[in-house]
Amino acid sequence: MVNWIWFGLIMIGVIVAGINGRIETISEAAFEGAKTGVTVCFGLISILAFWLGMMKIAEESGLLLKLQKLLSPIASFLFPQVPKDHPAMGYILSNMSANMLGLGNAATPMGIKAMEELQKLNPDPKTATPAMCTLLALNTSSITLIPTTIIAIRMNYQSANAVEIVGTTLFATMVSTTAAILLDKYYRYRTSGYRKG
Amino acid sequence: MYGVISSASIWAIPLLLSIILVYGMYKKVPVFEVFAEGAKGGFDTAIKIIPHLVGMLVAVSIFRQSGALEWLTTIIQPVLTFLHIPGDIIPLALLRPITGAGSLAVTTDIIANFGPDSFLGRLASTMQGSTDTTLYVLTVYFGAVGIRNSLYALKVGLLADLVGIIASLFIVTVIFT
Repeated sequence: MVNWIWFGLIMIGVIVAGINGRIETISEAAFEGAKTGVTVCFGLISILAFWLGMMKIAEESGLLLKLQKLLSPIASFLFPQVPKDHPAMGYILSNMSANMLGLGNAATPMGIKAMEELQKLNPDPKTATPAMCTLLALNTSSITLIPTTIIAIRMNYQSANAVEIVGTTLFATMVSTTAAILLDKYYRYRTSGYRKG
Repeated sequence: MYGVISSASIWAIPLLLSIILVYGMYKKVPVFEVFAEGAKGGFDTAIKIIPHLVGMLVAVSIFRQSGALEWLTTIIQPVLTFLHIPGDIIPLALLRPITGAGSLAVTTDIIANFGPDSFLGRLASTMQGSTDTTLYVLTVYFGAVGIRNSLYALKVGLLADLVGIIASLFIVTVIFT
C-alpha cells in the first residue's frame, strides 16, 4: 500500500503538472522535498540524542518500570502479546504519556525507542508485528489534550477566544483514537490466522 | 484559562527532567555517564530514517507543487455541496494525513482569510489539532527499524484520519452553529 501511495503521489503530480503546463516545477519540487527530508532528520538528531539520554536514566533507575506497573491494565489491553515487564512496554507508555501532555518532540524519540524494543521481539524483522501496528495507530491518531501550536496561531490572528477549540479538538481526537484502536483490533483479528507475534 | 494551560506546558518538561534526575541520583545511577550512553543511539537512528523520509517528502512535494490538489477539490465539489460541506476545507482534509507542515500552512491560510472565529477557522483548527500526520509517522517509526511490510498499519491510520475529519465536522457544527 505504501508503494502505491508513493507511486500515485509522484505520477499524479507529474501528469497534472504536464497538463497544467507547469512541468518545470517537478524537478524543483523533488529536490526541495529531498532537502526537507534531510533537514528534518538532522533536526531529529538533537531531539533523539537528548531524550534517549534522559530516558536511559529513567530506565536504569527503575522509574520507567514504575510507570509500567502503574499503567499496566491499559498496556495489557492494548498490547496483549508484549510481556508485561519487557522494556518495550515502558517506552510505549512514555510515548503515550508524552503524546497526551503535548510534548511532541519527546513523544517521537520514545516511540522510536519503543519500536526498536518491539523489533527485538519480532521473529521476522522485515514485517511489522501486530504490536507495532497498534503503537503506530496510537501515534497517527495521537490523543492531544492541548493543541498548543493551533492556539498560538489563533492568538496571532486576534481570536476572541483562542482556546475555544480545545473542547472540540479533544472530542475529535478521542473519536479518532477510539476508531484507530478498534480498527487496529479488527484488522489484527482478521490477520491473526496468518501471523502471530 | 490559556494562562493555566500555557504555564502547565511550560512547566511539564523542566518538571519531567527534574523527576528523572532526582530519582536517578536517589537510586545511585551515574546520571551523566548513563545519559551519554543513551544519547549515543540518537545519531544512528536519525541517519537510518533519512532515506525513508527523503523518498516520502519528494513524493509529497511533487504532489503539492503540481496543482493536483486543486483538481481533486474541483472534481469532488458537487458531492460536497450536496452534503453541505464547505469546499474550502477539502485541501486541508486531503493534506492532513500526508504532510504536517503542508496542512499547517493551509490551516494558517484559512485562519488568516476567514478569521479564527469563523466556522471554517474553528473547523480547520479542530482538524489540524486532533490528529497527527499518518504518512510521516509511518515513515519515521517503521523506517527507524527497517520494517518493509507494514501489514494493515497504513489502512488503520488513514481510516482513523477519515473518522477524525468527520468527527471534527460534526462537533464544530453542533457546538458553534
